[in-house]
Amino acid sequence: MLKVLRMEEPTEDPGQKTDQAQFEALISAVAVQRDKSAFETLFVRFGPRIKGMMLGSGASQDLAEDLMQEVMLTVWRKAALYAPERGTVSTWIFTIARNARIDRLRRQPVQPYVDVETVSIASDAPSAEAEMITGQRGELVREALQRLPKEQRDVIELAFNQYMPQSEIARKLDLPIGTVKSRTRLAYKKLKENLEDLR
Amino acid sequence: MSIHHHLDAASLMRYAAGDLDPAFAVVVASHLAMCDECRQAVRVAEAVGGACLSDMPEAALSDGSFTRLSRMIDADTGSNDEHPAAPPPPANDPAADVPLPLSSLVGKSLDELQWRLVVPGVYRHRIELADTRSSLFMLKIGPGRKMPEHGHGGTEMTLILRGSYRDAIGRFARGDIADLDEHVEHQPVVDSDDPCICLVATEEPTRFKGIVSRLMQPLVGI
Repeated sequence: MLKVLRMEEPTEDPGQKTDQAQFEALISAVAVQRDKSAFETLFVRFGPRIKGMMLGSGASQDLAEDLMQEVMLTVWRKAALYAPERGTVSTWIFTIARNARIDRLRRQPVQPYVDVETVSIASDAPSAEAEMITGQRGELVREALQRLPKEQRDVIELAFNQYMPQSEIARKLDLPIGTVKSRTRLAYKKLKENLEDLR
Repeated sequence: MSIHHHLDAASLMRYAAGDLDPAFAVVVASHLAMCDECRQAVRVAEAVGGACLSDMPEAALSDGSFTRLSRMIDADTGSNDEHPAAPPPPANDPAADVPLPLSSLVGKSLDELQWRLVVPGVYRHRIELADTRSSLFMLKIGPGRKMPEHGHGGTEMTLILRGSYRDAIGRFARGDIADLDEHVEHQPVVDSDDPCICLVATEEPTRFKGIVSRLMQPLVGI
């Protein structure tokens, strides 16, 4: 029964690949032509999801809306910096949302994430291999996430969907922090194996 | 640069999710600035965030949300952010003394730091950060100096910036990070000819005094 189901399911979801290709084209239109209707399409797709993440992390309606707008404004401003070889459009927008949230929580003189990005832009040569992987990485990671044992997936989803700190995850799931760490480690290892299978 | 000791996968994931305390974020980012391998690894962890965002349920936006943003964008034209300047040259200079994420806190040269003697052969430079419950500081430890064996009161991360030390885990040199759980016990001995300079983040600031006083007792006796 399982086998039959699997055969019916395409191993790569063509819809998702099209999504990434479509998002890339939209980002490029925003970067090069400053195309507002392309930007609106991205806004319609990502805005409600970004806001959902912010709400999940405990932000009020107003704050979540405000952060979402800030994130999308950054997408507009920095579209030219998007580099497909470093990840999907979703991943790029996720990192912008993460950084915006951290900046809002704590006003710091340091910007570790921005600095690492600067180093990355200056030092990491794009490779054909990396580009080949990224086209499919989005779908692959989603698939790999679905295949994780539930106990690992729960930890990952709380950390990434709700920005829940490790200590709170431990409290919520009534686990020692060490167990939360080891589940996170196992999940990462599994995801990495899945991505490497592609090479 | 050949780096032998990398970030723990759990730390990579916490960094990607944005769950690191500012003190630890600075140490992790400083290692990432020096380590191509861990920068690649962070991309995998960040891709998890991308996948989660793709699958996120949609929240209702406020009325006129796009119109408001659209107005901001119109007011934004002429902003220099549209074509960001090229990164400054030191950013991609692996030989730069101080990694970029640390340089806004301590400047660009390790030779210009102000050190305070803690015990003979051991100097400390404190780094003040707001909104942290952890401590961030640099240590300069003389050649041949041995630290008494200690466990950690909490998580501790040590990034080597100059010189090297050896402990039960191995040899740590420039760029290497010791990303240790609280239960790990170790006894580092500086084995370079010059002093070893490292950047350290520890949980719970009060613990540090404990470690230092434990450090001091045997060393002062020497």
